[in-house]
Amino acid sequence: MTTQEATYKYALRLGDDSLILGHRLSELCSRGPILEEDLALTNIALDMIGRTQALLKYAASIEGKEQTEDDLAYRRSENHYYNHLIMEQPNEDFAHTIARQLFVSVFEYLFYTELEKSKDETLAAISSKAIKEIKYHMQHSVDWTLRLGDGTAESHKRMQKAVNDLWMFTGEFFEMDDLDTFLLHHHIAVDVTSIKNEWQSYISTTLCLATLLVPADSYMQTGSKKGIHTENLGHILSEMQYLQRAYPDAKW
Amino acid sequence: MVASQQNIESVYNLISGIPDPEIPVLTIKDLGILRGVELVNGEYIITITPTYIACPAMGLIEDQIKEILLAHGIQKVKVILTYTPVWTTDWLTQDAKIKLKNYGIAPPNHSSCSKLFSTFEMVVCPRCNSKHTELISRFGSTACKALYKCKDCKEIFDLFKCH
Repeated sequence: MTTQEATYKYALRLGDDSLILGHRLSELCSRGPILEEDLALTNIALDMIGRTQALLKYAASIEGKEQTEDDLAYRRSENHYYNHLIMEQPNEDFAHTIARQLFVSVFEYLFYTELEKSKDETLAAISSKAIKEIKYHMQHSVDWTLRLGDGTAESHKRMQKAVNDLWMFTGEFFEMDDLDTFLLHHHIAVDVTSIKNEWQSYISTTLCLATLLVPADSYMQTGSKKGIHTENLGHILSEMQYLQRAYPDAKW
Repeated sequence: MVASQQNIESVYNLISGIPDPEIPVLTIKDLGILRGVELVNGEYIITITPTYIACPAMGLIEDQIKEILLAHGIQKVKVILTYTPVWTTDWLTQDAKIKLKNYGIAPPNHSSCSKLFSTFEMVVCPRCNSKHTELISRFGSTACKALYKCKDCKEIFDLFKCH
Protein backbone atom coordinates (compact mmCIF):
# COMPACT_ATOMS: atom_id res chain seq x y z
CA MET A 1 0.00 0.00 0.00
CA THR A 2 1.42 3.40 -0.98
CA THR A 3 0.60 6.61 0.90
CA GLN A 4 -1.34 7.70 -2.17
CA GLU A 5 -3.54 4.59 -2.25
CA ALA A 6 -4.13 4.81 1.49
CA THR A 7 -5.02 8.51 1.38
CA TYR A 8 -7.47 7.84 -1.45
CA LYS A 9 -9.28 5.30 0.68
CA TYR A 10 -9.13 7.54 3.74
CA ALA A 11 -10.71 10.47 1.88
CA LEU A 12 -13.30 8.07 0.50
CA ARG A 13 -14.28 6.91 4.01
CA LEU A 14 -14.71 10.47 5.21
CA GLY A 15 -16.64 11.45 2.11
CA ASP A 16 -18.93 8.41 2.50
CA ASP A 17 -19.73 9.42 6.09
CA SER A 18 -20.97 12.86 5.13
CA LEU A 19 -22.63 11.63 1.93
CA ILE A 20 -24.74 8.96 3.61
CA LEU A 21 -25.78 11.03 6.63
CA GLY A 22 -26.33 14.04 4.37
CA HIS A 23 -28.63 11.90 2.25
CA ARG A 24 -30.48 10.62 5.31
CA LEU A 25 -31.07 14.18 6.52
CA SER A 26 -32.18 15.28 3.07
CA GLU A 27 -34.97 12.70 3.31
CA LEU A 28 -36.47 14.98 5.96
CA CYS A 29 -36.96 17.85 3.52
CA SER A 30 -40.64 18.86 3.87
CA ARG A 31 -41.02 16.28 6.68
CA GLY A 32 -39.52 18.18 9.60
CA PRO A 33 -41.68 18.33 12.75
CA ILE A 34 -41.85 22.13 12.46
CA LEU A 35 -40.81 24.52 9.72
CA GLU A 36 -37.68 25.74 11.55
CA GLU A 37 -36.53 22.15 12.00
CA ASP A 38 -37.15 21.41 8.36
CA LEU A 39 -34.77 24.28 7.59
CA ALA A 40 -32.24 23.23 10.22
CA LEU A 41 -32.02 19.58 9.19
CA THR A 42 -31.80 20.35 5.49
CA ASN A 43 -29.17 23.02 6.15
CA ILE A 44 -27.12 20.42 7.99
CA ALA A 45 -27.69 18.04 5.06
CA LEU A 46 -26.40 20.72 2.69
CA ASP A 47 -23.26 21.29 4.76
CA MET A 48 -22.61 17.55 4.71
CA ILE A 49 -23.16 17.15 0.98
CA GLY A 50 -20.82 20.11 0.42
CA ARG A 51 -18.17 18.47 2.55
CA THR A 52 -18.71 15.23 0.59
CA GLN A 53 -18.12 17.02 -2.68
CA ALA A 54 -14.80 18.39 -1.44
CA LEU A 55 -13.68 15.03 -0.02
CA LEU A 56 -14.74 12.84 -2.94
CA LYS A 57 -13.30 15.29 -5.45
CA TYR A 58 -10.02 15.01 -3.59
CA ALA A 59 -10.30 11.20 -3.47
CA ALA A 60 -10.94 11.11 -7.21
CA SER A 61 -7.94 13.33 -7.89
CA ILE A 62 -5.64 11.08 -5.85
CA GLU A 63 -6.99 7.96 -7.52
CA GLY A 64 -6.06 9.51 -10.87
CA LYS A 65 -8.45 7.42 -12.95
CA GLU A 66 -10.30 10.45 -14.28
CA GLN A 67 -13.35 9.74 -12.18
CA THR A 68 -15.39 12.62 -10.77
CA GLU A 69 -16.91 12.95 -7.32
CA ASP A 70 -20.24 12.02 -8.92
CA ASP A 71 -18.81 8.78 -10.29
CA LEU A 72 -17.63 7.87 -6.81
CA ALA A 73 -21.00 8.65 -5.27
CA TYR A 74 -23.21 7.04 -7.89
CA ARG A 75 -21.22 4.13 -9.25
CA ARG A 76 -20.07 2.22 -6.24
CA SER A 77 -22.04 -0.62 -4.75
CA GLU A 78 -22.78 -1.24 -1.12
CA ASN A 79 -19.64 -3.21 -0.23
CA HIS A 80 -17.47 -0.48 -1.70
CA TYR A 81 -18.93 2.11 0.65
CA TYR A 82 -17.05 2.76 3.88
CA ASN A 83 -19.26 5.08 5.94
CA HIS A 84 -19.73 4.35 9.64
CA LEU A 85 -22.84 2.23 10.23
CA ILE A 86 -24.50 4.94 12.32
CA MET A 87 -24.70 7.25 9.29
CA GLU A 88 -27.02 4.87 7.44
CA GLN A 89 -29.43 4.23 10.31
CA PRO A 90 -32.98 5.35 9.49
CA ASN A 91 -34.43 8.68 10.66
CA GLU A 92 -37.21 6.90 12.60
CA ASP A 93 -38.78 9.51 14.90
CA PHE A 94 -37.29 12.94 15.66
CA ALA A 95 -35.59 11.58 18.79
CA HIS A 96 -33.61 9.06 16.71
CA THR A 97 -32.64 11.75 14.21
CA ILE A 98 -31.36 13.95 17.05
CA ALA A 99 -29.56 11.18 18.95
CA ARG A 100 -27.77 10.10 15.76
CA GLN A 101 -26.82 13.72 15.08
CA LEU A 102 -25.56 14.21 18.63
CA PHE A 103 -23.30 11.15 18.54
CA VAL A 104 -22.01 12.00 15.07
CA SER A 105 -21.47 15.73 15.46
CA VAL A 106 -19.56 15.43 18.74
CA PHE A 107 -17.38 12.77 17.10
CA GLU A 108 -16.89 14.88 13.98
CA TYR A 109 -16.01 17.95 16.01
CA LEU A 110 -13.25 16.09 17.86
CA PHE A 111 -12.13 14.23 14.74
CA TYR A 112 -11.82 17.21 12.40
CA THR A 113 -10.11 19.27 15.10
CA GLU A 114 -7.38 16.61 15.00
CA LEU A 115 -7.42 16.19 11.22
CA GLU A 116 -6.82 19.93 10.87
CA LYS A 117 -3.26 19.17 12.02
CA SER A 118 -2.78 16.56 9.26
CA LYS A 119 0.30 16.75 7.05
CA ASP A 120 -2.01 16.32 4.09
CA GLU A 121 -2.76 19.94 3.18
CA THR A 122 -6.04 19.31 1.41
CA LEU A 123 -7.48 17.24 4.25
CA ALA A 124 -6.31 19.89 6.73
CA ALA A 125 -7.94 22.68 4.70
CA ILE A 126 -11.24 20.82 4.33
CA SER A 127 -11.15 20.16 8.09
CA SER A 128 -10.73 23.84 9.02
CA LYS A 129 -13.70 24.65 6.84
CA ALA A 130 -15.82 21.78 8.17
CA ILE A 131 -15.19 22.47 11.87
CA LYS A 132 -16.94 25.84 11.76
CA GLU A 133 -20.07 24.19 10.39
CA ILE A 134 -19.92 21.14 12.64
CA LYS A 135 -20.03 23.45 15.69
CA TYR A 136 -23.46 24.61 14.57
CA HIS A 137 -24.61 21.03 14.05
CA MET A 138 -23.37 20.11 17.51
CA GLN A 139 -25.06 23.03 19.19
CA HIS A 140 -28.31 22.17 17.43
CA SER A 141 -28.28 18.53 18.52
CA VAL A 142 -27.23 19.32 22.11
CA ASP A 143 -30.06 21.88 22.40
CA TRP A 144 -32.60 19.33 21.22
CA THR A 145 -31.21 16.50 23.34
CA LEU A 146 -31.68 18.65 26.44
CA ARG A 147 -35.12 19.76 25.37
CA LEU A 148 -36.40 16.28 24.53
CA GLY A 149 -34.68 14.44 27.39
CA ASP A 150 -35.75 16.96 29.99
CA GLY A 151 -39.10 17.55 28.31
CA THR A 152 -42.36 15.62 28.62
CA ALA A 153 -42.65 12.01 29.75
CA GLU A 154 -43.20 11.00 26.12
CA SER A 155 -40.24 12.93 24.70
CA HIS A 156 -38.01 11.63 27.51
CA LYS A 157 -39.05 8.05 26.82
CA ARG A 158 -38.43 8.38 23.10
CA MET A 159 -35.09 10.12 23.51
CA GLN A 160 -33.88 7.43 25.90
CA LYS A 161 -34.96 4.72 23.48
CA ALA A 162 -33.16 6.46 20.61
CA VAL A 163 -29.95 6.77 22.64
CA ASN A 164 -30.16 3.09 23.62
CA ASP A 165 -30.94 1.92 20.07
CA LEU A 166 -28.05 3.79 18.48
CA TRP A 167 -25.43 3.21 21.17
CA MET A 168 -24.20 -0.04 19.58
CA PHE A 169 -23.05 1.87 16.49
CA THR A 170 -20.78 4.28 18.38
CA GLY A 171 -17.94 1.85 19.14
CA GLU A 172 -16.89 1.93 15.51
CA PHE A 173 -15.88 5.59 15.71
CA PHE A 174 -12.80 4.65 17.71
CA GLU A 175 -11.55 1.65 15.74
CA MET A 176 -8.19 1.75 13.99
CA ASP A 177 -7.41 -0.65 11.14
CA ASP A 178 -4.14 -1.12 9.22
CA LEU A 179 -4.91 1.77 6.93
CA ASP A 180 -5.47 4.19 9.82
CA THR A 181 -2.29 3.05 11.53
CA PHE A 182 -0.29 3.33 8.32
CA LEU A 183 -1.49 6.88 7.68
CA LEU A 184 -1.12 7.86 11.32
CA HIS A 185 2.49 6.85 10.97
CA HIS A 186 2.77 9.34 8.09
CA HIS A 187 1.06 12.07 10.16
CA ILE A 188 -1.92 12.10 7.80
CA ALA A 189 -4.65 10.25 9.72
CA VAL A 190 -6.19 10.85 13.14
CA ASP A 191 -5.58 8.53 16.07
CA VAL A 192 -9.26 8.02 16.91
CA THR A 193 -8.44 6.10 20.08
CA SER A 194 -7.09 9.39 21.47
CA ILE A 195 -10.47 11.16 21.22
CA LYS A 196 -12.57 8.38 22.72
CA ASN A 197 -12.44 9.61 26.32
CA GLU A 198 -13.33 13.13 25.35
CA TRP A 199 -16.26 11.91 23.26
CA GLN A 200 -17.54 9.74 26.10
CA SER A 201 -17.23 12.49 28.65
CA TYR A 202 -18.95 15.03 26.42
CA ILE A 203 -21.80 12.66 25.60
CA SER A 204 -22.20 11.56 29.24
CA THR A 205 -22.38 15.16 30.45
CA THR A 206 -24.96 16.05 27.81
CA LEU A 207 -27.10 12.99 28.51
CA CYS A 208 -26.95 13.59 32.27
CA LEU A 209 -28.00 17.21 31.83
CA ALA A 210 -30.86 15.93 29.69
CA THR A 211 -31.85 13.57 32.57
CA LEU A 212 -31.05 10.59 30.34
CA LEU A 213 -29.11 7.47 31.26
CA VAL A 214 -25.83 6.67 29.56
CA PRO A 215 -26.15 3.13 28.15
CA ALA A 216 -23.92 0.51 29.74
CA ASP A 217 -21.02 -0.83 27.71
CA SER A 218 -22.26 -3.70 25.66
CA TYR A 219 -21.93 -5.31 22.23
CA MET A 220 -20.75 -2.91 19.54
CA GLN A 221 -21.65 -3.52 15.89
CA THR A 222 -18.81 -2.84 13.45
CA GLY A 223 -17.81 -3.67 9.88
CA SER A 224 -17.90 -0.52 7.78
CA LYS A 225 -14.15 -0.26 7.31
CA LYS A 226 -14.38 -3.58 5.48
CA GLY A 227 -17.45 -2.50 3.51
CA ILE A 228 -19.84 -4.61 5.61
CA HIS A 229 -23.05 -2.72 6.30
CA THR A 230 -26.47 -2.99 7.87
CA GLU A 231 -29.36 -3.64 5.49
CA ASN A 232 -30.16 0.08 5.47
CA LEU A 233 -27.34 1.12 3.14
CA GLY A 234 -28.65 -0.90 0.21
CA HIS A 235 -32.00 0.86 0.46
CA ILE A 236 -30.34 4.28 0.52
CA LEU A 237 -28.22 3.50 -2.53
CA SER A 238 -31.13 2.06 -4.48
CA GLU A 239 -32.83 5.42 -4.19
CA MET A 240 -29.78 7.69 -4.37
CA GLN A 241 -28.26 5.94 -7.38
CA TYR A 242 -31.49 5.16 -9.23
CA LEU A 243 -31.13 7.77 -11.94
CA GLN A 244 -27.49 7.04 -12.76
CA ARG A 245 -28.20 3.33 -12.87
CA ALA A 246 -31.35 3.61 -14.99
CA TYR A 247 -29.88 6.26 -17.32
CA PRO A 248 -26.07 6.03 -17.18
CA ASP A 249 -24.33 9.32 -18.00
CA ALA A 250 -27.64 11.20 -17.98
CA LYS A 251 -27.14 14.97 -18.09
CA TRP A 252 -29.53 17.84 -17.55
CA MET B 1 5.83 43.98 -16.01
CA VAL B 2 4.00 47.27 -15.41
CA ALA B 3 1.61 46.47 -18.23
CA SER B 4 0.75 43.07 -16.78
CA GLN B 5 0.14 44.61 -13.35
CA GLN B 6 -2.30 47.01 -14.99
CA ASN B 7 -3.97 44.09 -16.76
CA ILE B 8 -4.37 42.21 -13.51
CA GLU B 9 -5.93 45.24 -11.89
CA SER B 10 -8.34 45.79 -14.74
CA VAL B 11 -9.37 42.11 -14.67
CA TYR B 12 -9.90 42.40 -10.92
CA ASN B 13 -12.04 45.51 -11.38
CA LEU B 14 -14.09 43.84 -14.12
CA ILE B 15 -15.10 40.92 -11.93
CA SER B 16 -15.11 42.42 -8.44
CA GLY B 17 -18.58 43.89 -8.99
CA ILE B 18 -20.26 40.51 -9.59
CA PRO B 19 -23.17 40.30 -7.13
CA ASP B 20 -23.58 37.36 -4.79
CA PRO B 21 -26.54 35.38 -6.20
CA GLU B 22 -28.15 34.98 -2.78
CA ILE B 23 -27.48 38.43 -1.33
CA PRO B 24 -27.38 40.60 -4.46
CA VAL B 25 -26.61 43.84 -2.55
CA LEU B 26 -23.15 42.47 -1.86
CA THR B 27 -20.49 41.78 -4.44
CA ILE B 28 -18.06 38.87 -4.41
CA LYS B 29 -15.43 41.41 -3.36
CA ASP B 30 -17.55 42.74 -0.46
CA LEU B 31 -18.04 39.22 0.83
CA GLY B 32 -14.41 38.22 0.49
CA ILE B 33 -15.22 35.42 -1.96
CA LEU B 34 -12.85 36.88 -4.56
CA ARG B 35 -9.37 36.21 -3.19
CA GLY B 36 -7.10 37.28 -6.00
CA VAL B 37 -6.10 37.49 -9.64
CA GLU B 38 -2.79 36.30 -11.05
CA LEU B 39 -1.36 36.19 -14.53
CA VAL B 40 0.60 33.01 -15.21
CA ASN B 41 1.95 32.31 -18.70
CA GLY B 42 -0.69 34.46 -20.33
CA GLU B 43 -3.53 32.84 -18.40
CA TYR B 44 -5.53 34.64 -15.71
CA ILE B 45 -5.86 32.59 -12.55
CA ILE B 46 -8.79 33.78 -10.45
CA THR B 47 -8.99 32.41 -6.92
CA ILE B 48 -12.31 32.25 -5.10
CA THR B 49 -13.32 30.74 -1.76
CA PRO B 50 -16.77 29.56 -0.64
CA THR B 51 -18.45 31.17 2.35
CA TYR B 52 -19.82 27.77 3.40
CA ILE B 53 -18.37 24.56 2.02
CA ALA B 54 -21.62 23.68 0.24
CA CYS B 55 -22.19 27.19 -1.12
CA PRO B 56 -24.28 26.43 -4.21
CA ALA B 57 -23.32 29.76 -5.80
CA MET B 58 -19.72 28.79 -6.57
CA GLY B 59 -20.49 27.27 -9.97
CA LEU B 60 -22.57 30.27 -10.97
CA ILE B 61 -19.91 32.74 -9.83
CA GLU B 62 -17.28 30.86 -11.84
CA ASP B 63 -19.50 31.02 -14.95
CA GLN B 64 -20.11 34.74 -14.46
CA ILE B 65 -16.40 35.48 -14.08
CA LYS B 66 -15.65 33.65 -17.36
CA GLU B 67 -18.58 35.28 -19.12
CA ILE B 68 -17.61 38.83 -18.16
CA LEU B 69 -13.97 38.31 -19.09
CA LEU B 70 -14.91 36.67 -22.38
CA ALA B 71 -17.08 39.68 -23.20
CA HIS B 72 -13.91 41.75 -22.80
CA GLY B 73 -11.95 39.49 -25.07
CA ILE B 74 -10.13 37.58 -22.33
CA GLN B 75 -10.34 33.88 -23.04
CA LYS B 76 -7.56 32.24 -21.10
CA VAL B 77 -9.10 32.14 -17.66
CA LYS B 78 -8.92 29.52 -14.94
CA VAL B 79 -11.02 29.77 -11.78
CA ILE B 80 -9.57 28.00 -8.75
CA LEU B 81 -11.53 27.16 -5.62
CA THR B 82 -9.55 27.33 -2.39
CA TYR B 83 -10.46 26.49 1.22
CA THR B 84 -7.51 28.23 2.85
CA PRO B 85 -7.38 30.66 4.45
CA VAL B 86 -10.82 29.75 5.76
CA TRP B 87 -13.50 32.30 4.94
CA THR B 88 -14.71 34.36 7.88
CA THR B 89 -17.27 37.11 8.34
CA ASP B 90 -14.36 39.21 9.67
CA TRP B 91 -13.56 39.88 6.01
CA LEU B 92 -16.82 41.79 5.51
CA THR B 93 -16.03 45.48 5.18
CA GLN B 94 -17.86 48.10 7.23
CA ASP B 95 -19.42 49.26 3.99
CA ALA B 96 -20.70 45.74 3.30
CA LYS B 97 -22.25 45.57 6.77
CA ILE B 98 -24.15 48.81 6.16
CA LYS B 99 -25.39 47.47 2.82
CA LEU B 100 -26.56 44.28 4.56
CA LYS B 101 -28.44 46.19 7.23
CA ASN B 102 -30.16 48.41 4.67
CA TYR B 103 -31.16 45.25 2.82
CA GLY B 104 -32.89 43.97 5.98
CA ILE B 105 -30.27 41.46 7.15
CA ALA B 106 -28.65 42.05 10.55
CA PRO B 107 -24.87 42.09 9.92
CA PRO B 108 -22.47 39.92 11.97
CA ASN B 109 -20.78 41.76 14.83
CA HIS B 110 -17.52 39.90 14.98
CA SER B 111 -16.17 36.43 14.49
CA SER B 112 -17.44 33.92 17.01
CA CYS B 113 -15.67 30.98 15.46
CA SER B 114 -13.28 30.23 18.24
CA LYS B 115 -15.98 29.58 20.81
CA LEU B 116 -18.14 26.53 21.15
CA PHE B 117 -21.69 27.21 22.18
CA SER B 118 -21.46 30.95 22.03
CA THR B 119 -24.80 32.60 21.64
CA PHE B 120 -25.18 35.34 19.10
CA GLU B 121 -24.90 38.35 21.36
CA MET B 122 -26.70 41.65 20.96
CA VAL B 123 -28.46 41.20 17.69
CA VAL B 124 -29.95 44.51 16.62
CA CYS B 125 -33.13 44.58 14.54
CA PRO B 126 -32.16 45.93 11.09
CA ARG B 127 -35.55 47.65 10.75
CA CYS B 128 -36.15 49.49 14.03
CA ASN B 129 -32.68 49.19 15.67
CA SER B 130 -34.18 47.57 18.77
CA LYS B 131 -31.86 45.37 20.81
CA HIS B 132 -34.88 43.51 22.10
CA THR B 133 -34.62 40.53 19.77
CA GLU B 134 -35.06 36.79 20.01
CA LEU B 135 -33.56 33.78 18.20
CA ILE B 136 -36.13 31.67 16.36
CA SER B 137 -33.81 29.28 14.56
CA ARG B 138 -30.06 28.92 14.20
CA PHE B 139 -30.65 27.92 10.61
CA GLY B 140 -32.26 30.18 8.05
CA SER B 141 -33.08 30.50 4.37
CA THR B 142 -29.43 30.05 3.38
CA ALA B 143 -26.42 28.49 5.10
CA CYS B 144 -25.08 31.87 6.21
CA LYS B 145 -28.19 33.09 8.02
CA ALA B 146 -30.08 32.53 11.29
CA LEU B 147 -33.69 33.53 11.87
CA TYR B 148 -34.59 36.20 14.44
CA LYS B 149 -37.64 38.06 15.64
CA CYS B 150 -37.80 41.65 16.90
CA LYS B 151 -39.87 41.90 20.06
CA ASP B 152 -40.56 45.59 19.46
CA CYS B 153 -41.52 45.95 15.81
CA LYS B 154 -42.53 42.25 15.71
CA GLU B 155 -40.79 41.70 12.39
CA ILE B 156 -38.96 38.50 11.55
CA PHE B 157 -35.48 39.07 10.13
CA ASP B 158 -32.33 37.23 9.10
CA LEU B 159 -29.02 37.50 10.91
CA PHE B 160 -25.87 37.02 8.88
CA LYS B 161 -24.15 34.56 11.25
CA CYS B 162 -20.69 35.18 12.63
CA HIS B 163 -18.51 32.58 11.02
